Amino acid sequence: MLVWLAGRLVSLVATLLAASAVVFLVIEVVPGDPAAYMLGMNASEQTVAALRTELGLDRSGIARYLDWIGGWLQGDFGTSYTYRTPIVDMVAERITVSLPLALLALSLAVALAFPAALFAASRRGGGADAGVMGLTQLGIAVPNFWFAMLLVLLFSIKLRWLPSGGFPGWEAGIGAALTALLLPAIALALPQASILTRVMRSSLIDALGEDYLRTARAKGLSSGAALWGHALRNAMIPVLTIIGLQFSFLLAGAIIIENVFYLPGLGRLVFQAISSRDLVVVESVVMLLVAAVVLVTFLVDVAYAWVDPRLRTR
Amino acid sequence: MSLRSLLPGLVLVCLVLGAALLSFAWTPYDVTKLVIADRLQTPSMTHWLGTDHFGRDILSMLMVGARTSLAVALVAVGIGVGLGVPLGLTAAARHGGALDELIMRTNDLVFAFPALVIAILITAVFGPSALNAIIAIGIFNVPVFARLTRGAALSLWTREFILAARVAGKGAVRISLEHVLPNLSNLLIVQATIQFSLGILAEAGLSYVGLGAQPPIPSWGRMLAESQTLVTLAPHVALFPGLAIVASVLGLNLLGDALRDWLDPRLRHAR
Repeated sequence: MLVWLAGRLVSLVATLLAASAVVFLVIEVVPGDPAAYMLGMNASEQTVAALRTELGLDRSGIARYLDWIGGWLQGDFGTSYTYRTPIVDMVAERITVSLPLALLALSLAVALAFPAALFAASRRGGGADAGVMGLTQLGIAVPNFWFAMLLVLLFSIKLRWLPSGGFPGWEAGIGAALTALLLPAIALALPQASILTRVMRSSLIDALGEDYLRTARAKGLSSGAALWGHALRNAMIPVLTIIGLQFSFLLAGAIIIENVFYLPGLGRLVFQAISSRDLVVVESVVMLLVAAVVLVTFLVDVAYAWVDPRLRTR
Repeated sequence: MSLRSLLPGLVLVCLVLGAALLSFAWTPYDVTKLVIADRLQTPSMTHWLGTDHFGRDILSMLMVGARTSLAVALVAVGIGVGLGVPLGLTAAARHGGALDELIMRTNDLVFAFPALVIAILITAVFGPSALNAIIAIGIFNVPVFARLTRGAALSLWTREFILAARVAGKGAVRISLEHVLPNLSNLLIVQATIQFSLGILAEAGLSYVGLGAQPPIPSWGRMLAESQTLVTLAPHVALFPGLAIVASVLGLNLLGDALRDWLDPRLRHAR
């Protein structure tokens, strides 16, 4: 296991380095000079040159890449061109919105999918099963930002139960903050819950056909007890993989949903940065998102190998 | 198992496709013409699905928007198949070699970039456009098809008929094209349907946040973005583009599921 883990760690670092090189290269090829852009049309050549030196834009690409990576390792993402503040502070502030949103959505999705899948699998082939499956088809087909708009229309405008957007900040109290995140999280959770339900249902049904389950039934367990005590744990393995694979969709979804609810998260930050051509901010947020996806994939791999030792030999 | 199970998906897909094709020849109204006097009308006999805040006919915009959605998703699937399948076939033919390793590691790397993140990167550099959306979704599709192709091709390479072809002196390229690829076609068709529907969702999301097709090209995602501030005033403006997206994605997913069952003989007998 240790050798396997060491190998996985090496490939994790290699993937992160390669991804950082790709992000850096893409941002590097950008036409136009950020310094000239920041200073506007009327700036003199000397001022632009001075700012280029200040921002470190006059050095070679490799030197800047190494600087950038070195900075990341020390928790320094650089300075925003537009706001002139450390990017790490901006990101740290925004992440307290995006991360809880993604986690809340994930928890909601699991909480919805779990009973739905158990219900459908235990009534396999019946009308109830078909009903749940039909609903999940719909859940996958509904774009989450549109679903979010419908939720706002119903719960914020018609019923006035929940806020239609904005974020009071965590200092306003956990209750107020969670209330602001609830509708966005529900909208994000819907497609995830639908996919999870389908995967969980089919892996439960597979587990129900196994010999050990027949044994459990033969020794006198009711079908419910057999499902709960034996099938469920085995059926969780593929579900874990799907949660890992879906993580990048969840992240992307969160970025889009933040726009519907005007939430001050990473998504809003990156879109503002795009429109003001604040490329170092775009670069940092993109790298952060990619690193998150790579890390989650790695963690799922480790969890998977821990649960099922056969996979370590691959 | 009969062809009848293909019907619901097929009907929805044909409806959207038909609307898109028809829009080249005819739409109820001109989508580029703004008639402010007619703005935000609710559905009626003159405007079946109502009008938007510029007085444009929503049905006409949906028809033209279908073109954008379908074209972006279709070309993105084309990129995924065109690059991913040859890469997967090569990796399988060179299984365990350096080329296989290189292709699969590159795949892992690309997989770490969600389509939205690729779109953000491209847009930051080149500005937003439908072409960028196609490239972003297309790049995302490549590792999906490469992995699928490699996995399925690997199991085919151990089969007797491939061994026979090798004994007969055929090279890896010929075997891949003449024996492996034809056996993968069903699998690829089903995956292409799924990626097509994911592409429509992704295109809608990208144009919703302004990273996709730009005005004046109508797109479902941007129609939704524009309707967001009007949702209290005229809910129908936000309703129909969303329904159009749901209909297309649902249709393609139902078609994909039915195709998989229909093309896989084991599932056919299981029924």
